[in-house]
Amino acid sequence: MKEDELGGLKGLLREALPPVSEDGVPERDLWPAMLRRMDAKAAGSQFALWFDGALLAGLAGVVVVFPKAIPLLLYYL
Amino acid sequence: MQNEESDVLNRFQLGDTAAFETLFRVHQRAVHGWLLRMVRNHAAAEDLTLETFWRIHQAHARFHPAQGFEGWARRIATRAALDWLRGRKVECELPAEIPAAMGADPAVSAEIRSKVALALGRLPPKLRIAATLALIEDLPGKEVAEALGISLAAQKLRVFRAVRLLRKELEQQGIKP
Repeated sequence: MKEDELGGLKGLLREALPPVSEDGVPERDLWPAMLRRMDAKAAGSQFALWFDGALLAGLAGVVVVFPKAIPLLLYYL
Repeated sequence: MQNEESDVLNRFQLGDTAAFETLFRVHQRAVHGWLLRMVRNHAAAEDLTLETFWRIHQAHARFHPAQGFEGWARRIATRAALDWLRGRKVECELPAEIPAAMGADPAVSAEIRSKVALALGRLPPKLRIAATLALIEDLPGKEVAEALGISLAAQKLRVFRAVRLLRKELEQQGIKP
C-alpha cells in the first residue's frame, strides 16, 4: 500500500497513539517473578504426580477388596 | 563470543535453567519493548514478558538453535500479545501512560484523537496488531510478517483490511482521514 493511499490516516493514528520507543525497559527485575512461576509450576506437577499415585493405589485397593468391581471399572475406563 | 552464544542456546534447548536465565536477562528488554509496542500498557507488557518467557521455557525442546533466539522469542511474544488483546474489552480512552506525540498537531483535537484510538481498539486483534506495527510503529512489512508468523502478502492484506475498517469507522463518526 502506497503512502499517499493511506492519506492522513497514518498521521492521525500517530497523533492519537504516538509510537513507543523500543527501549521500554521493565520497571523491575522480572527474573525473580519468573523463578517463582517456574517453582510454582514445578510444585504443581509434583502434587499432580503424588495425586495420580494416590488414585492408582486407591484403585488397586478397590480391586483387591472388591474383585467383582473389576468389570464395572473396566466399563467406565 | 559466537561459540559462547551457541553454547547457551544449545544448553537452553536441553532445559538448562542457567542458560534460560542468561537468555532471559539478555532478551527481556527487547521482548518487553516489543510487547509494549503492541499492547501500549507498561503493566501488561511486564506481565506478558513473563508469560512470553514462560512459554519459551515450556517450549525449549522445540527450539532449534540454528534459527536464532530473538525472532523465535518475538513470534511467541506476538502470540501472547494477541491472546491478551483477544481477552480484553475494547478500549474507550486514550492510554494515559503513553505520552502525547511531541509537537502534536493542535488542529487534531483530543476528541478526534480519542475517536481514532477507539476505532483502532475496535479492530479485530489480528488486524489491530498488524496496523499498530506497520502504521504507528512504522516497521518494515517483512519484520511485521515474521513476528506474526505469516507471509508478507498476508501481512499486507491485514494492514489493507485494517485501513479499510478504520476509514469506514472514522467516516461514520464524521472524520475524513
